[in-house]
Order: sequence, then C-alpha cells, then structure tokens
Amino acid sequence: MRNFNYIGFLFDYGTLLVLALLCGWFSYVTIEEQSPTSISAAERLAKRASGELSTEAKVIVLARQGGEGETFAKTLREQLTQAGISVGSTTIGKPTDARKALTDFGNTGKELAGIIADKHMANFANANLAKLGQAHPGLVKAKIFQPESYRWPNFLKKENLLNVMKQISVVAIIAIGMTMVIITAGIDLSVGSLIAFSGVITALTIQSLGGSAPTSGDLWLGAMVGILVCGLAGLFTGGLVTLFRIPAFIATLGIMFIAKGLAFIFSDSAPVPVGNEAFGWLGRGRDFLGLPNSVILMLILFTIAHVMMTRTSIGRYIYAVGGNPEAARLSGVPVKWVLLFVYTLTGLLAGLGGVMEASLHTTGDPKSGDLVELKVIAAVVVGGTSLAGGQGRITGTLIGAFIIAVINNGMNLTGVESHMQKVIYGTVILVAVLIDRLKIHLLKLKKT
Amino acid sequence: MPPKPDLPSGTPLLRMRDIRKSFPGVKALKGVDLTLQAGEVLALLGENGAGKSTLIKILGGAHQTDEGTIEISGQPACVATPQLSQASGIGIIYQEFNLVPYLTARENIFLGQEPGRISFIPKRDESAKARDLFERIGVDIPIEAECHQLSVAQQQIVEIAKTLAQNARIIVMDEPSAALSPRETKGLFRVIDELKSHGIGVIYISHRLDEIFEIADRVTILRDGEHIDTRPITNLTREKMIELMVGRSLEKEFPKREATLGQARLEVTNLRRGSRVRGVSFNIRAGEVLGLTGLVGAGRTETARLLFGADRPEHGIIRLDGKPLKIKSPRDAIRQGICLLTEDRKTHGLVLGLTARENFGLPNLSQFASLGFIRQREESREFLRYVDQIQIKIADPEQITGTLSGGNQQKVVLAKWLQRNAEVIIFDEPTRGIDVGAKYEIYQLINQLAKQGKAILMISSELPEILGVSDRILVMNEGHITGEITDIANATQEDVMNLATKREAVAA
Repeated sequence: MRNFNYIGFLFDYGTLLVLALLCGWFSYVTIEEQSPTSISAAERLAKRASGELSTEAKVIVLARQGGEGETFAKTLREQLTQAGISVGSTTIGKPTDARKALTDFGNTGKELAGIIADKHMANFANANLAKLGQAHPGLVKAKIFQPESYRWPNFLKKENLLNVMKQISVVAIIAIGMTMVIITAGIDLSVGSLIAFSGVITALTIQSLGGSAPTSGDLWLGAMVGILVCGLAGLFTGGLVTLFRIPAFIATLGIMFIAKGLAFIFSDSAPVPVGNEAFGWLGRGRDFLGLPNSVILMLILFTIAHVMMTRTSIGRYIYAVGGNPEAARLSGVPVKWVLLFVYTLTGLLAGLGGVMEASLHTTGDPKSGDLVELKVIAAVVVGGTSLAGGQGRITGTLIGAFIIAVINNGMNLTGVESHMQKVIYGTVILVAVLIDRLKIHLLKLKKT
Repeated sequence: MPPKPDLPSGTPLLRMRDIRKSFPGVKALKGVDLTLQAGEVLALLGENGAGKSTLIKILGGAHQTDEGTIEISGQPACVATPQLSQASGIGIIYQEFNLVPYLTARENIFLGQEPGRISFIPKRDESAKARDLFERIGVDIPIEAECHQLSVAQQQIVEIAKTLAQNARIIVMDEPSAALSPRETKGLFRVIDELKSHGIGVIYISHRLDEIFEIADRVTILRDGEHIDTRPITNLTREKMIELMVGRSLEKEFPKREATLGQARLEVTNLRRGSRVRGVSFNIRAGEVLGLTGLVGAGRTETARLLFGADRPEHGIIRLDGKPLKIKSPRDAIRQGICLLTEDRKTHGLVLGLTARENFGLPNLSQFASLGFIRQREESREFLRYVDQIQIKIADPEQITGTLSGGNQQKVVLAKWLQRNAEVIIFDEPTRGIDVGAKYEIYQLINQLAKQGKAILMISSELPEILGVSDRILVMNEGHITGEITDIANATQEDVMNLATKREAVAA
C-alpha cells in the first residue's frame, strides 16, 4: 500500500477546490429573495389564482418588461383563459404602464376580481391599489396574486451561470491553444489583436461577398476566411520562432502590433457591420438544451483538446518538446513541426474567437480583443500550466478560465467596482504562480 | 591558500559521528562515521543510493542531520546552512559546477565575497589573489576569461580556486573526473597532491576504481546508508573494494564475449564536420561490438551525432547493409534503424518531466499509435516487459522519470531504444555514473544485442571498459581515427593511450 499523496492531490485538484470555494462564497453573499418568472412558475400561479377566483371573474395580468416577463405573462394569460377566467388586459412594461392598465380598467366601471402579477408589479399594485381605488371603486376588491418567493443565490441562478460560461467562452477557447504554446515553453501575445483582425476580415469579406444583404453562405465563407487568415498569421509566428529562432515573446509582440494596426487600417477605424442577423447565431444563439452555442462550442473544443493532449502522439510530442527540446529531438520528435503546429492552432483559435466576438455584436470591431491575450494567459497560468514548459493540463485551463469568469461575475454581482476588480485579478494570478513555484519546491524536497 | 593548520597530532581535521538522516519513507543514513585527516585524500565509495550524496549535502549545509555530531579540528561545528558550512572551512565541488558562465574566472572565484552589497570591487587585489591561487595550484588559467570559454577541466580548477579563496580546509569533490579526459584527470591529481601538501583534506567521490588506487590514502565505503568499512588503500584490492560496495563478491567485471561476426552492416566513409570530425571512415560487422575511444574532445561524440543525424555532416556517406542512408534528422536515423544512447541522460536522453512510460514510448509511437491515438495499455505492457527483463527498479510506469535514480534512468533510455529494435546501436558512455552491479547488466545486454546480429558502436573513456567489452577498438584524436586495435586479448591501456595522443600528420 502506498501512502496517500496529499500534496500531489492538492496540486492536482487544488484549482478545482479554489473554484468550488469561490462558487460557494459568491453563492453565500448573493443569497436574495427570489421571485420566479419561469413558465412553470406562471403555470403554478395561474392554477392558484383560478382556484381562488370564481369563473367569469375579471382579472388583469401585469409583468415587468425584459427577462422572462413576456413568456411569463403569455403563459399566465393562456392558463387563466383556459380555466375560464376573463383576462381583461395583459400588460408587459414599466410601473407607469401598469398604472395606465389599472386606470383603463377602472374607467370601464367593471369590478376587478384579481391582479395576477410578478413580484415587481405585485409590489407596485400593493402600494398603489388603495389610492387608485378612491377614483375607481371597481378596483378596490381586487386580490393580488404573485408567485411564491423563496431564497436563492443570484449567483446560482441558471441564467447567471450560463452567462458566466458565455462570457468566458472566447477567452477559454483561445486558452486551449495558449496552453499548448506555454507547454512548449513559448508564449503568444498576438491573440488579442488577432481577435480584432479576424473580426474585421470576416465582416469585410462578408460585405464584399454579399453587400448589405449577405446570404448565409457568405457568412460561412467570411468566417472561414477570418479564421484561416489568423491561422496563417500563427503559422508565420511559428516560422519566426522555429526557423529564425526569434524568442516567442518578441515574435508574437511584433505580430500583435501588426495585426492590430492592420485591423484598424482595413476597417478605416470604424466597426464593420454585418447585414444579416443570422450572423449572430454563433455568439448569441441557443439551439441545444437552452445552452448558448458559444458554450457548446467551447465544451466540444475542450473535449477534443483534452483527448488530443492525453491520448495522441502530437500531445505527447508537445509535452516532450516543452520538457526538453533536445532530448525530444534525439528521440525522433519532429520538434519544428510541433512548434509550427501549436502556433498555427493558436492562430486558428484566436481567429475563431474573433468570429465569435463579431457574431455577438454582428459587427467586426477593430477595437475588440484589447488585453484579451493577458486574460488568456492568466486563465492558463491559474489553471496550473507552468511557464517553464513541459507541464500543464487542458482541464486545468478550463478550470482556470472558469475561476477568472467566476471572479469577474461574482464581483459584478456584489458591486465591486472595476478598478478594484483589476487589483483582485492581479492578486489571483500572482497567487496562482506562487502556488506553481511552491509545487516545484515541494516536489524537489520529495525527490531528495 | 590558507596556512597549514596547527593541530595537535592525531586530532582529525573533520570527524562526523553517527550521522543519521531520514527522508519521508527512506532512511538515507543510518549512523555513518567519517574522519578526515589534514593532508590526506579520503575516497568515499558506494553504489548509487548508498548515501554518499546525502552525507556530502549534510556537510555542505544543503541538508540538516537528524542525529550525530560534526567536529572540525576537534571543535564541535555547526554546518546547518551552506553559509555556515563555508565559514567552517568546507568547500564542496558538485558534479554540476556552480559557475556563472558569463562572468570571468576572477569574478567567479570571488563571487559572494565582494566587500559589501554596494561597493566598488577591488579588482587589482582580486587579480593578484587569483593569480596567486592558480600559481599555487600549479595551473595557468587566464583569469579574465569568461567561464563558458574555459574547458571543463579549467572550470573545475576555477571551482577549486573558489573554495580556496574562501579559506576552505576541507574540499569535497563529487565525481570530479566524470567529464575529464585521462590527461586532464592526471592534471587534476597533480592539483590534489598540491592541496595535500598544504594540509588540506580532500574527500574524493568517484565510481572509477582505478583512480581511487591512484589518488586516495584511505577509503570509506558506504552501503545502504550504513558505514561498512574504512581502510587504508594499501589494504584493499579492486575485487575486495567491489565486494564491500556491492555486498557480494562479483566474479568478474566484464561478461565473457563469444562473438560470431557476419557481414559488414554499417559502413561510414569520410565523415566530416568542422574541426571535430575530419574524415572518419569505418565499418561495423553484424554481431560486432566496436569500441570507440579517445580523449575528451577527440571527436567521438561528434562522430556519433553525425551518424544519428543530430548534427548535419558536411560530407560523408553512411551505408547500412550496402544501402546508402539519407539522414537529415534523428527522426530519419531512427526510421532507418540507427539509434543513439546519449552520454548525458538528463539533458539529451530523457524528458525528465514525463513519466517513464511516456519517455519509453517517445521514439516508438509509430508502433504504439494508430491514426495518432496512442494505445497506452499496450505501451504500458511493453514497458513492463523491460522492467522485468533489465530490472528497472520502478514502482509504477507512471512514475515521473526525474524521480528515478541515475541507473534506472539509464535503463529507461535503454528500454526505449531496445523497443525500437534498431539495427545499429550507438552507446555513448553507457555506464557513466552507474554503479558496479548495474554496469555488469549493461555489458550483458550489449553482448545480447550483438548476438542478435546488430552492429554496436560503444564510445567510452574508461579504458578497462573499452578493453573488456569491445571486439575491436578505434581510437580517435583531433577528429581523425589514429589507430585500430584488433587483437584485444593482448592490448593494454598504454596501447590505447599511445594512439589517443598520436597526431595524424596528413588528413585522411
């Protein structure tokens, strides 16, 4: 029996633990009274109301605009009508709209039996019904129905969690390539600029193909061109690093400026619009189980990358090149080819990130992607990949990206202002690197 | 150089008593005694893992002892940190030098002894002292040369001078001859004699037993963390020494060879690159072990690297079984049936951060992978076959290679190339840093491979080894092959040395 290796366990799963703790903390501090506005909540509310009200009773439905308000109100109306209750009017809007709906009803002189509303509108009705009743006696007897509330963290709401994943998807996808580059002991600073470059190239290609009304074929072609051009940029970087032995930091710094500059030149410094809403499919669409398409794409790419790094020859080669390039070469590893591969792949993924970003706004914006390279590197490093090369995991990077996204989201939810957020980001990165050093130190101690 | 210390006669310069040290899961030292007299060379012997390094690290302040006392010149001494150890007059020269490559010899010697954190450096003083030190050691080294420009032997002298500049009276040398040619080793011994005459005590660690007989006054032998014996060298034979180290008597150092030679398999014609390899031609027959030796820098390793595609030759033809090979990279060489077991395992042989299985599989992925997917179970199974066959001491194929001992690392290198089943196998210093028991196993393995009809090229600086294992010996000097010894049975080490220092008048 071997002793359980606590240190190893902590380092292998430590980042996961950090993520769990962060989620726990943000859940705890964002617990609030929740009033649901989902379809099922609407169904339950309609059932309750129709149980208490006699048939033929007259009611109005009120819901706040935005979020699930529309589906909430629609469901209520359908269910109530089905139960034989006469829904006088359905209002989705601001409190002033609700006031108008109530006074309109009062003006008819009929007797209102109930107000079926979400929490906000119910609060409004509670506060104002007595006053309105003085002018319109028909309103006085109205009973206010609202969904039953419960306590639940804002952080853990399904919408919020999906949002966290959606916001990080571009960074996380590029971090796949960055992880591989960093495992080979390199770095790629150009990815942020390539996001802008890819977005602009994609939007311009679509414009020149389809003018102001491009077809979906034009959209696909444009996206491909954007991604491939960035792949070529990555290949070029790889060439500089392998053939001319320019340090990756310098080579990618050069590409970073060039790509950013070209993005502004090609776009005349103005965002390039895409004249087809279908282009938003990748960035905003939700086609599968209500998950954002960008999140699904991210999860698929991470699965592929994980399998690639752990089970295939190229994965083994990447680790070997990072761990000891000379030993790898003398073991028959095609070192230059491996380096070209990782830089090209990172370029392609940055291009994809640019297309996603452009899709989100249906515009190719030369200003997008600023400082994203640093977020990407932060995700990789926080995920436990060593900048010295040879060590790191794709799953770690996914966790690292989530940690960054959760911190970002959690701080927004708890109202930490943006400058403070930066301070906290920086601290998290430093702590991650310190843990990395500590790990090396402890492993050395164990060895001797 | 410090003045000769005045000690009451009989008081040892250094006495370590009942030193014990445990690491999680291992008792590295189980009560070791060691005494060192002023002006003597004490050889510290033992197989890998016997506890030599741990003992030295305790002396150097890199580890702290759990129990036991250390006395220097009869006074209890505290060597809990490297600084305290240095202040107590102990200087340790590790296998990997601690010189800063882009500082000069002078700057390295006085590194850490600058008068203050922020101050001007008394350059003239330092120069005078450095020159003085080198003069006393009896070696002429340009004191303003940057260390990366110096040869390994010269760097070693700089290390010695550095310890002397720190007033060391006890100097520990860990495998000092490992990277030196026989001639340079002789030079080192002269320096050590010089140190002795100044009353300095030297602890000398080496796996090369011949050297021990030449330089040591007394020998302390460790095995499995225990003190086995300390004897004057005159009281020991080579056989006895090995027996004490290994704990059983070894019948012989080299296994018997019965070579049946076949057709020429590898034919090399006029291989050239720069000044290191200047027209090398030879062939190796099926079933033959060809020894290649010479002084360090003679061009042996460089020749091997050309054969393997690690460097590109400027000229030369390499044929295997009559067919000319096109070799542009190690990858090409491996594909065509040539493999090289490099001299330096840590920097060239293994990716230390990968697991043993992963290193094993690295050159064999064409066998273990289909469509890029590695069949890890098969890979693991094959690796375990070698764990049995060549007795790799490893708990789990998933162990990180960097955590294995030197001998076991070498065996992982062996396993990965054996699996490759190459036709030409080049061993570059296959037993460097490996203990005696494991050496025998490697020789046996070389014999087995030869028996299978493979062509073997073995590069070695150790003359007993080259004479004991090869069927035929080539000797190189300054990029040329200066001689061939075919009558191995009657060849002597002197014959080899004569050829190794012979000058080729005309380039071949």
